[in-house]
Amino acid sequence: MSIADSSVQPDLSPVLDDGGQAEAAPAPGISPWELAVRRLKRNKPALIFGALFFLLGALALAAPLWAQVADTTPAKNHLSDTIVVNGKSEQVVTFDGVPIGPTFQKKFFLGADSNGRDVAVRLLYGARNSLFIGITAGIITAFLAVLLGTLAGYFRGWTDAIISRSLDVMWAFPVLLLGVALGVSLALGGLQIGPLSISGNSKWIPTLIIGVVSVVYLARPIRGQVLSLREKEFIEAARAHGAGPLKIMFTELLPNLASTILVFFPLLVANAILLEAALSFLGAGVQPPEPSWGTMLANGVELLSTAPHLTIVPGLMLVLTVLALNVFGDGVRDARDPRAKVRLEH
Amino acid sequence: MGRFIIRRVVGMLVVMFAVSVLTFLIFNVIPNGNPADRMAGKNSTPVQIAAIEKEWGFDKSLPVQYVTTMEKVFTGDLVSYYTQTDVVEEIIRGVPRTFALAIGAALLWFAMGTALGLYTAIRSGRWSDTLVTVLALIGVSMPVFWLGALASYYLGFKLGLFPNGGYSEIGRDGLWEWVKHMILPWCVLATLFIGVYSRVLRSNVLDTINDDYVRTARAKGLSERRVMIHHVLRNSLIPIVTLWGLDFGAVLGGGAILTETVFDLQGVGQYFAESIDTLDVPPVLAVTLFGAFFIVLLNTLVDIVYAALDPRIRLS
Repeated sequence: MSIADSSVQPDLSPVLDDGGQAEAAPAPGISPWELAVRRLKRNKPALIFGALFFLLGALALAAPLWAQVADTTPAKNHLSDTIVVNGKSEQVVTFDGVPIGPTFQKKFFLGADSNGRDVAVRLLYGARNSLFIGITAGIITAFLAVLLGTLAGYFRGWTDAIISRSLDVMWAFPVLLLGVALGVSLALGGLQIGPLSISGNSKWIPTLIIGVVSVVYLARPIRGQVLSLREKEFIEAARAHGAGPLKIMFTELLPNLASTILVFFPLLVANAILLEAALSFLGAGVQPPEPSWGTMLANGVELLSTAPHLTIVPGLMLVLTVLALNVFGDGVRDARDPRAKVRLEH
Repeated sequence: MGRFIIRRVVGMLVVMFAVSVLTFLIFNVIPNGNPADRMAGKNSTPVQIAAIEKEWGFDKSLPVQYVTTMEKVFTGDLVSYYTQTDVVEEIIRGVPRTFALAIGAALLWFAMGTALGLYTAIRSGRWSDTLVTVLALIGVSMPVFWLGALASYYLGFKLGLFPNGGYSEIGRDGLWEWVKHMILPWCVLATLFIGVYSRVLRSNVLDTINDDYVRTARAKGLSERRVMIHHVLRNSLIPIVTLWGLDFGAVLGGGAILTETVFDLQGVGQYFAESIDTLDVPPVLAVTLFGAFFIVLLNTLVDIVYAALDPRIRLS
C-alpha cells in the first residue's frame, strides 16, 4: 500500500489487503463507508437475499403466534388424533407409523412428524434455535478472534508465539470431529466454568462449541491485519500522545477492524448454522426433544422413504437461510472491497 | 531447502503431539464421570467398577494413562472399550473406502472446477460471472448429508439408477460395481467445491490474462489455445493447487464423515460416527489422530511445494 494512500485516509485504509492494489481514491466528501453502502444498494440480489434473511428471522420470532393458530406446541404429540383434510377424516399418524404430509391448512400445515408433532410449528421453533445458535456462535467467534488476533498482532513476541501456535493446533484438528467429540462429551456431563453451570441438553453447548472451533477462520486474518496496522503512522501518533496498548486497541485498531468483522460475520453465521445441522445430524448438537433444523433433518433422513416432507421441508428452510446469508455476505464484501478474496473453509 | 523441510517436519510432529494430548484431555477430563461407570452399565456393583478401572488403567494418573494409550496406538494394541475389537485394524479396514471417496471426489471437483473456471473466464461477461457465483454459493450453502440423502433416495432408490448406498469391494464384485457405488458419493461431495474452485480460477485467469508475458506470447504468434493452456492456465493454477491440497487433506481427515455416513460406505469417518455415540474413547482418539495427521501432512506438503516454487518463502 502506498504511503500517499494512507496519509490521505489514515484511519480508513482498505481492509483485506489484496496485495498492493489500493482502492481508487474516493470522491471528495464520500467516506469509504458511504461508498460501500452505495455499492451495496446497487447490488439487488444481495439486498433481496438480505431482506429474505430478516424475513426468516421475523418468522422465527412469530413462532408462538403460528403455534396458537395451529393450536399446538412444538413438543405436543398428536399420535392418536384425526384431522379433516378436503372433507375426509385422516389420521395424523397411521397405524404403520406413517405421518401425514402437508395439509396446507391451519393444523399440520406442513404435515406431522413420526411423533405426531406439527412440522410447521416445530420448523418455526427450530428456526429460533438454529438462528440463535448461528448468530450467538458468530458473535462468540468474532469476539474471541478479535481478542486473540489483536493481542497476537499488537504485542508480537511470545504472546504471538503462544496464540499462533495454539491456532496452528486448532487448524490441524478436523473441525467436524472436534465438534462432535466435544458435543458428545459435554452433552453427557454438562459444562462447569467457575460459578456458571450449563446442563448437558442446553443449546448453549453446541453454541459454545461452534463459536470456539470457528475462531481460526477469523483470528488469522485479524492478526495479519493488526500486524500491518500497528506500523501505520496513526498508531505511532497515538503512542506519541501517550496512549497505552488498551487505548490504542479500542480507539485505533478496533475501528479499523470493523469492516473485516462486518464482512466475515454473515459468512460466520452461515457456517455456524451448517455446522449446527451437521453436529445435530451426528447426535452431538441440539438435544431432542428441543427442535432445530439439524435435529429435524436427522429425524427426517431416517424416514425419507415414508415421509419425504420431513427431510425436504427443514432442508429447504436451512438452504434458503444459509444461501440468503451467503449472498448477502458476498454483496457486503464486494461493496466494501470489490477485489478482496475472502473464503471460509468448510 | 533441506533446512526448510526439516523445520516444517519438526513443526508437524509438535502439532501432532499437541493434538493427541488435547484429544486425550477432551475425553478424559470433560465428561463428568468415570468411563468405568459407563462401561459397567446401569446395574453394576462398586466391585465390578473397580475391576474395570484396574483392567483399563483408569485408576492411574492422567499422564500415565496418556502414555499407555499412545503406546497402544503405535503398537496396534488399542482396543475398543465396548466391542473389544482392534481399533487399528478397524481403521485399516476403513482406509481404502475413505481414500476411494476422497480421491475420487477431489479429482472430480478439481477437473470440473478447472474446466468450468477456464471456460467462464474465456467467455467472460455478466452471465458467466453469475453462473460461477451461483454455483459457488449453492455449493457452500447445502448441508452435504441432506443433498446426499436426497440423491441416494431419489436417484438411487426411486429411479434405481444407482445402488442405494453401501460400498463394493473391487476384488469381489469388480471395477464397474465399485464405480457404480461411488458415483453418487463422489458427485455429492464434489458439489460442495466445484463452484468455489471455478470461481477462484476464473478470477485468477482474468487477473493474469492482461499480464505482459501473455501479451508477449500472443505477439510472437502462438495460437490462442497454446497461450491459454501453457501460459495463462499454468500460472493461474498455482493458488488452486494449494487450495486443493488443503481441502483434500480436510476431506481425508474427517471432512467426509457425513458423506460416508449418509451413503453407508463404512469408512474411517463412519467408524468415528458409530463410536462417538457410546463415547468409545479409543476409536475416537485414534480416528481424530488419523484425521489430524492427514490435515497436517497436506498442509506441510503444500508449504514445501510452495517453497520449492517460490524461494522468498523459504528464507522468511
